[in-house]
Amino acid sequence: MQSATALPLSIQHLSIAKKGNPLLKDIDISIESKGVTIILGPNGAGKSLLLRIAHGLELPNKGHLSWNTKSPKPQQSWRAFIFQKPVLLRRSVRANLEYVLSLHDIDKVYYNQLIQEALQHTGLTHLANRNARTLSGGEQQRLNIARAWVLNPKVMLLDEPTAELDPSGTASIEALIGTIAKENTKIIMTTHDLGQAHRLAHDILFLHQGQVIEYTLAKDFFTKPKTTLAEDFIEGKLLNGV
Amino acid sequence: MNNFSQAFQKAIQLIIQLDPNLLEIVGLSLQVSLTSVFIASLIGLPLGAALALYKFYGRGIIVAILNTFMGLPPVVVGLVVYLILSRSGPLGMLGLLFTPTAMIIAQVFLITPIIAALTRQTIMDANVEYHEQLRALGAKSTRMMKTLLWETKFSLMTGVFAGFGRAIAEVGAVLIVGGNINHNTRVMTTAIALETSKGDIELALALGIILIILSLLVTTSVMSARHAAYKIYN
Repeated sequence: MQSATALPLSIQHLSIAKKGNPLLKDIDISIESKGVTIILGPNGAGKSLLLRIAHGLELPNKGHLSWNTKSPKPQQSWRAFIFQKPVLLRRSVRANLEYVLSLHDIDKVYYNQLIQEALQHTGLTHLANRNARTLSGGEQQRLNIARAWVLNPKVMLLDEPTAELDPSGTASIEALIGTIAKENTKIIMTTHDLGQAHRLAHDILFLHQGQVIEYTLAKDFFTKPKTTLAEDFIEGKLLNGV
Repeated sequence: MNNFSQAFQKAIQLIIQLDPNLLEIVGLSLQVSLTSVFIASLIGLPLGAALALYKFYGRGIIVAILNTFMGLPPVVVGLVVYLILSRSGPLGMLGLLFTPTAMIIAQVFLITPIIAALTRQTIMDANVEYHEQLRALGAKSTRMMKTLLWETKFSLMTGVFAGFGRAIAEVGAVLIVGGNINHNTRVMTTAIALETSKGDIELALALGIILIILSLLVTTSVMSARHAAYKIYN
């Protein structure tokens, strides 16, 4: 359906500043792993900003970010972005999915099938005709993910997708993310929740004050962190400057 | 006072008997104002949305003009349209002066700014909520505008109703460009003005009652649209 692969995500000497404040400083990494990559760090580390740049929602001041050599633009249907707080259209669940399909160049004969699949994957089939705005928080976030899934993306970028949910909503979203990752969609997700990172991550990109502190496999990160900052973060200490 | 109650009774009779003269006037009023609202919506909704979403040179001036025009005295609009459509005016050759079409043109000038200004505010507010999300989903700017118009349709309806309320109730503009010609350009408001000055209170009163009922209907429609909007938005 789409070109072979979206990876590697290659970030070269990327910096961005706003109103004179440097927010990301010389990020230089390449992400090629499958499964779930978690961008971890305390509030204000620059996690969301990095994710937004990766979707083409913002441009860096310096450096480059590319997906398998292609620059990101929000219109690319092989990649989806999921906000912490979904803004759903004031129409039915099904119509919300149809809307996303209509934004991209997809033949209408496939609509029904794609929508059925997305609803099934996200467990929303029984809510297909409900007004999206009347769903619970967890259901809204599931629809938000269904809205991404309906395009069969190669990459999903999720910005703190469970930050506004209760524990049961969080559990259902985490399970969903796990399933998506198993079906060969690359997940890159921000969180400041250490437990969540522990539960989901294959590898971890640890950011602090706009800089990459560590990029490593999750099992290594939690058992033998290479830096004192990471160690402190894992132990729940407040982090000071680099 | 006796006179007044007699006139009132006769007015009610005219309404109940569906007096043909009365019906003709009410019919023309509705025809002119509904057409005006329709055309003004076709212009005002996209104009308001464009002013909310696009930055371009001169936008501030257009917004200032719109806001000024919202409160424009109908007689002034009537006068301007009269000058444009009169025999020696730039569009005089069309021969539109003293026709229902002229009245529609004048009313479109009157109410387009109302609809456009209210649309602009509504779309600006909605854009704060939707912009990032729609952009991330891959929507381009024209599609975004259409989506926002559709998402806010209940709020926008209040602007359209407000426009209709102003159109159906104003007298100055339609009197000047229509001329209040019997069986031709006589509408409720101009008929009320004329019949009252002639001393023929019954017809004036009957029309007045119908106008009040119509206004009531418009107001309740606005309220129920707002209510529906509230219920759906929250």
